[in-house]
Amino acid sequence: MLTFLGKRLLQLIPTLFFVSVIIFSLQQLLPGDPATIMAGEERDPEVIAQIRAQYRLDQPIPVQYAYWLKGVLSGDLGESMRIHVPVRDLVLEKLPVTMQLAGMAIVIALLIGVTAGVISAVTKNTVWDYAANVFALWGISTPNFWLGIMLIFLFAVKLGWLPASGYVPLTEDWRASLASTIMPAFVLGNSIAAVLMRHTRSAMLNVLESDYVRTARAKGLLERTVILKHAMRNALTPVITLGALELGTLLSGAVLTEQIFTIPGFGKLIVDAVFNRDYAVVQGVVLVTATLYITLNLLADIAYILVNPRLRG
Amino acid sequence: MVDTALTAPLVDSDEIVETPARRALRRLIRRKGAMLGLALIALFVAVAIFAPLLTPYDPVAQSWTSVRKAPSMLHWFGTDDLGRDILVRVMFGARASLMAGVISVGIALTIGVPLGLAAGYLGGFTDALISRITDAMLACPFLILAIALAAFLGPSLGNAMIAIGITTTPIFVRLTRGQVMTVKVEEYVEAARAVGNPRWRIALVHILPNILPALLVQATLSVAAAIIAEAALSFLGLGQQPPAPSWGSMLNSAQRFLVNAPWMAVWPGLAIFLTVLSFNLVGDGLRDALDPREN
Repeated sequence: MLTFLGKRLLQLIPTLFFVSVIIFSLQQLLPGDPATIMAGEERDPEVIAQIRAQYRLDQPIPVQYAYWLKGVLSGDLGESMRIHVPVRDLVLEKLPVTMQLAGMAIVIALLIGVTAGVISAVTKNTVWDYAANVFALWGISTPNFWLGIMLIFLFAVKLGWLPASGYVPLTEDWRASLASTIMPAFVLGNSIAAVLMRHTRSAMLNVLESDYVRTARAKGLLERTVILKHAMRNALTPVITLGALELGTLLSGAVLTEQIFTIPGFGKLIVDAVFNRDYAVVQGVVLVTATLYITLNLLADIAYILVNPRLRG
Repeated sequence: MVDTALTAPLVDSDEIVETPARRALRRLIRRKGAMLGLALIALFVAVAIFAPLLTPYDPVAQSWTSVRKAPSMLHWFGTDDLGRDILVRVMFGARASLMAGVISVGIALTIGVPLGLAAGYLGGFTDALISRITDAMLACPFLILAIALAAFLGPSLGNAMIAIGITTTPIFVRLTRGQVMTVKVEEYVEAARAVGNPRWRIALVHILPNILPALLVQATLSVAAAIIAEAALSFLGLGQQPPAPSWGSMLNSAQRFLVNAPWMAVWPGLAIFLTVLSFNLVGDGLRDALDPREN
């Protein structure tokens, strides 16, 4: 176990290094000279020179990268060029909003995906199985921004049950907070539910054919006990760890969902930064999401080993 | 004297004739979902190609007398906020979506497959370097990286395709590498090495054809993902630029008129859904048809 952990942690170092290189390189893709763009329309040569010196743009690229990395390692993600606020503060302000949304989405995805997957596996080749498979195809094929718009039309415009947009923090009013986030959380959870359904179905089908399930049935246990106590427990372990890896999908989905529902989270932060050409914020957000994803990947691996005694060496 | 046991066929002659590709095709044809997907893709491709011949309306011409008209015999899908026929824009929008799907996956295949081949076949430092870069790219959420790339490259359909293509590349690197690792220890590859074939020839002639089925399945599913990504980038204003029609940008403008003109949001979304569904159906069908464990 310790050897595995050591190996995994060692592998993270080059991965994180290349993530930082990719993110730093993004700035190099900028058409034109960043200092000239930042100097505004007047393009005063003195101002341009000052910006170049301030942001070390007059230094060779590897030196610029080294300074940038040094800042990142000490927790300094730079400063928003538009509102002059440290990117770290912006990230810390917006992250909890997206985390609430992501948490709710995962709960919805697990509830729908795992239930549909189990039903589909135990009723293989019946109408229920086909319905669950159609649901999975629907979930994977529906663009979440369209689903979001359609839900707003139905539940906000037509029925008036839920607010069309906006966000209320949990600490302020939990009911209003749930009302403002349930639609976006469902939109986010929908596609993940579809993926989880497929994983659950396939894991359950494998487990249901195994010897110990056959033994449990032969002992005369109730089918419900066999499925819930014997089969599901083993089938769900890989499913839940795979679910953790869907964080990337969640964060990608949050970009559009937060835009549609006007939720001031991480996704909206990056889109606004893109349109305001606030590149430091774009870099900061990508870096934080990548680090989050890598960390969760590692935790999922550890959890998988912890719950699977055969993998512990 | 001839030994009849040696001359008698060991297996049914039909099975000897059937090549793996033929068997896969036979299995694919039997799958109704995949056939429905293929038919829908053919329909969308035909609509995209022949759009100018199928309609009397111009997709970008505005008409102030037909602003936000509900679906009718004159305008089957209704009109948008600038009086443009939505059906025509959906038809022309198929061009941007299908092109984005195919070209960006083409970019990903062109970069990803050679890198995956090199990593899997050469191993050692080359493998470690390529694999770590791939891990790093996969660590950045797909759409966030695509948005960042598209933003840095500048908003246009071409740049959106490049951004999606680059972001999709690591999937093909990883898949190719994994497949090569499995195939390169097979006896026929050992034999090719033993007779003195150069490494590039072994990789291209003996390994690549054997990993094509897996790549084909992934490519089909990736086209579906790329179509959604293009629509997402256009929705955010980073893909196809107005007034050129694109399903994503149509949904963006529809959002503002949801109360008075909900039809503006229904059709482009349905078009994205059906196209993506078709590619997913074909991808799933291909995966089953190419799976040697399937009967």
